[in-house]
Amino acid sequence: MSEVQVKESGEGGKNKQKKQTLRVDFTPMVDMNMLLITFFMFCTTLLKPQTMNLNMPSKDVVDEKEKNKARESSAITLILGGNNEVYYYEGMPQESDYENPDFLKTSAYGAEGIRKYLLKRNAGTYEKIQALKIEKGEGKITEQEFKEQSVKIQDEAMKKLKIAPTVMIKVSDLATYKNMVDALDEMTICNIGVYAVIDLADGDRHLLYRKTSNGEYLTEAQRAAAKK
Amino acid sequence: MAKVKVKKQNTFIDMTAMSDVTVLLLTFFMLTSTFIQKEPIQVNTPASVSEFTIPETNILTILVDAKGKIFLSLDNTSDRVEALKAVGEDYGYEFTGQQLTIFKNLSTFGVPMAVMKEFLDYPTEEQDKYLSDVANSRVGIPTDSVEVRDMKGVISRDNEFKRWVGHAKQASKDRQEKLVEKGIQEDVYDLQIAIKADQTTHYPVVKKVMDDLRDMRENRYLLITNLKTASNE
Repeated sequence: MSEVQVKESGEGGKNKQKKQTLRVDFTPMVDMNMLLITFFMFCTTLLKPQTMNLNMPSKDVVDEKEKNKARESSAITLILGGNNEVYYYEGMPQESDYENPDFLKTSAYGAEGIRKYLLKRNAGTYEKIQALKIEKGEGKITEQEFKEQSVKIQDEAMKKLKIAPTVMIKVSDLATYKNMVDALDEMTICNIGVYAVIDLADGDRHLLYRKTSNGEYLTEAQRAAAKK
Repeated sequence: MAKVKVKKQNTFIDMTAMSDVTVLLLTFFMLTSTFIQKEPIQVNTPASVSEFTIPETNILTILVDAKGKIFLSLDNTSDRVEALKAVGEDYGYEFTGQQLTIFKNLSTFGVPMAVMKEFLDYPTEEQDKYLSDVANSRVGIPTDSVEVRDMKGVISRDNEFKRWVGHAKQASKDRQEKLVEKGIQEDVYDLQIAIKADQTTHYPVVKKVMDDLRDMRENRYLLITNLKTASNE
């Protein structure tokens, strides 16, 4: 391919044709290209980073209705503590619950821990969305339809059937950013429709401290420091 | 003894095909590449199963490192310059054309306003060296809210971080409004805010950032994560 045959008429008038091959060596060209490719490969990011949407509750608008909604028995509160620990309780705590050390249950991140529990609580919605996912995989519905229908299922479970749990993620100051992202991730995996990241209330702080310190109480000074 | 005649063999390999392939590969990489942006700090983002990819334009990225230092990155260069001018005005600093040009080329920035002028006068290597000094408290955008009387005599509790976000948002809005007037763009889109924090960052630091944003009625963020693979499950 890299040979070009050049016809050359030789020695004046004798009409003898001499064939000469002109050969271009492409090896240096390939070398250079390889170098350039290597450069581009090292300098590029082919994978764009993933993002996770997070909507925080607005600070100035206190929607009483929204607040009351979470007061229902369907509420689950996750408390993210230090050392990658996660705790949860159901419903709204009554006064007697604060004295009960077993009210706050210990769990863990990942498939065997909190996910198992959340999937159990959200089984109806989860199964419906899984079925939808299979349909999408088989090409029966489009991505757009899948999104619309899964939102509809979540909405229905929330408003009509009243079976969907509302999850409040309370992140303590001891937790890391990874803990928060992991908790939010579980919401996506378990198809939880309504969840929010909110601050720890005094009662939660009390519960968390009792759990982690074998039933001791927060001192006044610690309480003040935590508030600050 | 009969001489063994060594037959001369031509071992010329035709590299044309090889060259074709490499050129094709090169073209592919050149067209698909987006260069890695230089970031002053290394951030290890946590993994998630979320599959949304980050939008390419009109985005303000807030970088939070493990120690809680904050850096900002605004994708639009003209917004970047406008924001610097506006924040500078709040604190009574004026920048020369040279300084503005240097700032325009800084993809990620994060020094307090008080040292910004000095910082921009440094050569690039000095700038990198300055930013990599972890112990220096004058690296990263300050988020402490102390009451400050600004140049116009208005007392406010807005810290530098809030001002940067506010002015960046304004700059993006102004630029887009001009485009809408000219009929290039149909609508004005809000500047999106992405938070890129290290996975070991303590939550209070992230919370402070989000609280500051919530004060400005910014309640929607994109948290930048890696795609979770089976190995880190």
